[in-house]
Amino acid sequence: MKRSSMYLRMITASLMRRRSRMLVALLSIAIGATILSGLVTVYYDVPRQMGAQFRSYGANLIMTGTDGAFTTEDMAKGLAAVPADALVGAAPFRYENVRIHEHPVVAAGTDMAGAMATNPFWRVEGEWCSSDGQLLVGKQIAESFRLKTGETLTLSYTPENTEAAEDVTLDLTITGILDTGGSEEEYVYLSLHDLETLTGEAGTLDVCELSVQAQAEELKQYAGQISNAAPGISAHLVKRVTASETTVLSKLQALVLLVTVVVLALTMICVATTMTAVVTERRKEIGLRKAIGASDKSIITEFMGESMLLGGLGGILGAGLGFVFAQQVSLRVFSSDIRFQWLIVPVTIAVCIIVTGLSSVLPIRSATEVDPALVLKGE
Amino acid sequence: MSLLELRNIYKIYGDLHALDDVSLTVEKGEWVSIMGPSGSGKSTMMNIIGCMDKPTKGEVLLDGVNIAKESAKNLTGIRRDKIGLIFQQFHLVNYLTAVENVMLAQYYHSMPDEKEALEALDRVGLADRAKHLPSQLSGGEQQRVCVARALINYPEIILADEPTGNLDEANEEIVVDLFHKLHNEGTTLIVVTHDPEVAEVAQRTLVLRNGKLHKEVINQNFTGKIQFEDRQEVQPHA
Ligand SMILES: Nc1ncnc2c1ncn2[C@@H]1O[C@H](COP(=O)(O)OP(=O)(O)O)[C@@H](O)[C@H]1O
Ligand SMILES: [Mg+2]
Repeated sequence: MKRSSMYLRMITASLMRRRSRMLVALLSIAIGATILSGLVTVYYDVPRQMGAQFRSYGANLIMTGTDGAFTTEDMAKGLAAVPADALVGAAPFRYENVRIHEHPVVAAGTDMAGAMATNPFWRVEGEWCSSDGQLLVGKQIAESFRLKTGETLTLSYTPENTEAAEDVTLDLTITGILDTGGSEEEYVYLSLHDLETLTGEAGTLDVCELSVQAQAEELKQYAGQISNAAPGISAHLVKRVTASETTVLSKLQALVLLVTVVVLALTMICVATTMTAVVTERRKEIGLRKAIGASDKSIITEFMGESMLLGGLGGILGAGLGFVFAQQVSLRVFSSDIRFQWLIVPVTIAVCIIVTGLSSVLPIRSATEVDPALVLKGE
Repeated sequence: MSLLELRNIYKIYGDLHALDDVSLTVEKGEWVSIMGPSGSGKSTMMNIIGCMDKPTKGEVLLDGVNIAKESAKNLTGIRRDKIGLIFQQFHLVNYLTAVENVMLAQYYHSMPDEKEALEALDRVGLADRAKHLPSQLSGGEQQRVCVARALINYPEIILADEPTGNLDEANEEIVVDLFHKLHNEGTTLIVVTHDPEVAEVAQRTLVLRNGKLHKEVINQNFTGKIQFEDRQEVQPHA
């Protein structure tokens, strides 16, 4: 039999056959590890969660043409500069002056799916447009013209730069009333294709709104990439959203970090106390081991092994419970599932082993000071 | 050269002379008993011979090495290599099985060898108790495990401090029989005891009193076998 297997047999026997004794230590480590891994999971998942929350307030990047001419081709080039997995949605907008019952109104041609993705906070009474020939009417417009969903509305357009006296008209079915609480309520929205049919001019755009999953720094970088993707286009951040996202994030992360440090310190104190008790309780055994020939080094290796094994077990337990804990926090605070970081498992276990090891150093050193002659004395 | 030689040993605590100018020689293969009243310095002397303590004054030569001058670290090594210890209180690691307790001594000495440890338990008649924890063994069985542990590394000297102090007669006899076997194999034995019957089985009995060597008795009819006196009291005839 190898010495190492006897060593393992000894330290596992010490933990397994003294279960009730070690349970307290194991629990304190596991609870520490649970809170730690839970907090770290939340810490890393918070940016994603917060990002999702903030993106629901609208686009965070706006792409426009620098020289006034912005086309669908420009938009495609710009979008190609953003990684597909970071792009939550992109909505092109082209605004034109049209008339409803001879009153001027702004009509916006867009891609309905993109508009829906970049503006999750838009509320539509009725349905979003799902095909050409349909119209989404801003709430204020709907009120002033007394429009209802299901009705057909005629938009009139006077072509510019043409001699033709005739207005162009297009009949559209109202599928929904748009309620945003903002200026969007003063527009009517139709598909880009319908607007192009109405105006007889295709390919031009005014802006493209993007919702991108990224932190402030990354976002700036994407903006730069878009601006460089093609001449004549530029992108800029929607400051309001990204700035507040970043402040809230850093405050939240600082808080989590602080709690983590406190928990770590408490765990260490708890483990050190437990190990001190363990050593005191086992003075006789230590004396005996020394009497039958254990060197100080052997005593240290054995107790260290025991406490690190304990740390490892606590870590495994804590990593599992920590995920449950993080999941609960996530469900309660952000009402969404946590994304599990597998790396946290080995890291938690390693941290537990190191922390238990460190907090055992002093108690174990005192173990080597046991005088075998004194503790083995009769009585 | 004698295996063990104590030259004018003193152990002084404050103004208490636990050992007071003790000189003593033990030859290789000898079986020596040490007797004396409580507090006479028996354990103090055993601890010094067992490399667990150092004399205040004097020389202790073990195999020609003056262990009174060695560092604590070297003493641990000497104890591991040359000495087997048996205590009155058995002292087993309570979460290790009998065989694991024996293997522990092998582990610190060189290589754990379960087969050899089981053989040692067989020698002390505990082959079928190998997987038991100390709490599942009787006092006598625990002490026999301690004997197996003490002999497993073939030490030069086995030091036993009141090994039968907590045992009943049957177990006392078993342990003394084991000593007898070890003696026959050439192991040097130093056994502290209160029990004259245990002391008498040795070749020589030393008596300590107040830290001094009070007297030395050579056992003429040494057999190594314990002989219990007939304790039946004779009833006076009516
Ligand atoms: N560490 C110590 N400190 C002070 N006095 C001690 C110590 N160890 C032993 N003594 C004293 O030395 C004397 C001898 O003790 P000991 O060798 O244990 O006696 P025995 O084993 O013969 O009963 C006793 O009076 C005891 O109180
Ligand atoms: Mg004593």
